[in-house]
Amino acid sequence: MDWQAFEVSIKLALLTSLTLLPIGLGLAYLLANSKFFGSVLLEAVITLPLVLPPTVLGYFLLVGLDSTSFFGGLFFSLTGHTLAFSFTGLWFASIIYSLPFAVQPMLRAMETIAPEIREAAWCSGLSKWKTFFKIELPLALPGVLTAMVLSFSHTLGEFGVVLMIGGNIAGETRTLSIAIYDSVLAFESAQAQSMSLILLAIALASIMIVFTFNRSRSRVVRL
Amino acid sequence: MLKVKLQQSHPIALDVDLYCNNGEILALVGPSGAGKSTVLRCIAGLHSPKQGQISCSNHEWFNSANKIDLTPQQRRIGIVFQNYALFPHLTVKQNICLALDKSEHTNTQKIDNLLAQVNLTGLEQRYPEQLSGGQQQRVAIARALAREPDVLLLDEPFSAVDKVTRRKLYLELNSLRQQLRMPIIFVTHDLDEAAMLADSMVVLHHGKTLQQGSPQQIMYQPDNVAVAKQVDVRNLFEGQIVMTEEGHQLHWHDLVLELGDIEPFHHQQAICWTISPAKVILHQRVRPSRGEQENPIAGQIVEILTLRGITTILVAVSKANNLIIQMDVSEHVAQRNSLQKGQQITMSIIASAIHLMNR
Repeated sequence: MDWQAFEVSIKLALLTSLTLLPIGLGLAYLLANSKFFGSVLLEAVITLPLVLPPTVLGYFLLVGLDSTSFFGGLFFSLTGHTLAFSFTGLWFASIIYSLPFAVQPMLRAMETIAPEIREAAWCSGLSKWKTFFKIELPLALPGVLTAMVLSFSHTLGEFGVVLMIGGNIAGETRTLSIAIYDSVLAFESAQAQSMSLILLAIALASIMIVFTFNRSRSRVVRL
Repeated sequence: MLKVKLQQSHPIALDVDLYCNNGEILALVGPSGAGKSTVLRCIAGLHSPKQGQISCSNHEWFNSANKIDLTPQQRRIGIVFQNYALFPHLTVKQNICLALDKSEHTNTQKIDNLLAQVNLTGLEQRYPEQLSGGQQQRVAIARALAREPDVLLLDEPFSAVDKVTRRKLYLELNSLRQQLRMPIIFVTHDLDEAAMLADSMVVLHHGKTLQQGSPQQIMYQPDNVAVAKQVDVRNLFEGQIVMTEEGHQLHWHDLVLELGDIEPFHHQQAICWTISPAKVILHQRVRPSRGEQENPIAGQIVEILTLRGITTILVAVSKANNLIIQMDVSEHVAQRNSLQKGQQITMSIIASAIHLMNR
């Protein structure tokens, strides 16, 4: 059992899902509440990682994060570190890769809130921020929780993008998925099995947490 | 007093001019798509028209010329939406508390008073989905009143409840309004509802205010044919004014009817006229009355319908090309006269009740 890879995977999944919380909320709110020129394109771009082969996405990210590219060069000039083959690069790539898993559930949850609910809050004197935190966010909570769990689980299990961006550096970019792949190649099936079972257990537990929360909530509040 | 003037050509055409005095209920009536809810949204600050002014108690809420457009939060309005728009994750008490000023969040006396005002005492810990439609509407009203609004807006407040509850809520709104001092505007497409509850009515059609007046004026003395059609007046006919030595007369096909005072109309002017079905008087066959000679006309009963003590009789008038005139009499009058379909009767059209309009 590669505990170092386990630690990298958990750290990456936690950081990615926490970073996606404000980003996903902002994008979902924007898409749910305003119809602007290019909103369809924006939603399509956000959803793209869902249908793009991970290796293709990984390739574009690798090119985009390279120190010779604008973004990678800017990061290098600011920090003195390269993004490619680093944990930070992997973190950035995971945010892009898991973006649809965060935005889509939040967007669907926000779209179910009737516009009159928001307007009733404004007419009751609540500012737009207060309306968001006191009304919209609590009502969209099942979608937000689903988004968090999905982006956590999805990041935990990602393989193609990690391999392209991060490579296989122990303690830095070597995640549990890569470690399982290595174990299989090295015919260490017992180790591959134990790590696979851990990922299976985490995935199952995550989905059960979402289902349990949503069921207990729907008994109190029918949206 | 609330004054509203709105103009815009799109997305929804608006040409609105209305007012509502403090303590008065104004009903906005018109068919679906007439722009009633848009007007309410403009007043609430949820939609900004292209041009116009909205002021309440001498405070300007909207003025396109001066670029004043207060947000809903700045306007102090109470609004009850058609589906009530209660916050489903909050209890009745929390729904009301949220609309209170911050300093009053712990003012339990005020919350209790609001709950008592709308007959909700004892239900404060319930969630909206645990309430009936009528109770939800009361919560929405209490929440709207919690802000001590300068104007109360009700968007089709009775459309989501059954008939029995609706009748109960009519009475509750009527008693509640005695305690309120702000202008109250409610949107409805039910004319009977508007006539029963409102002090004045505004008829909207294609976003344009056609007429504002008391329910009596609107229903029986519409300004023009468009209003008459919108409020579905009975007995709407065409005729011609003729001046004689005896005064003005109305020529209606082969009939000549005497008229009351008709100053703005001239000789041989083609007009439309209407008369309330209640002002068409049945001549009793056995006991003639003194007024029966006033504009007497004869006809044949083609339909009789009775609803809640009022009998509606449709009569085909042979001398008027068999046009149908409607007459409403109390049920016992219809029974006493043994009125039946196909029967020939005579009736009087009260001259002073004939209302004339330009074509």
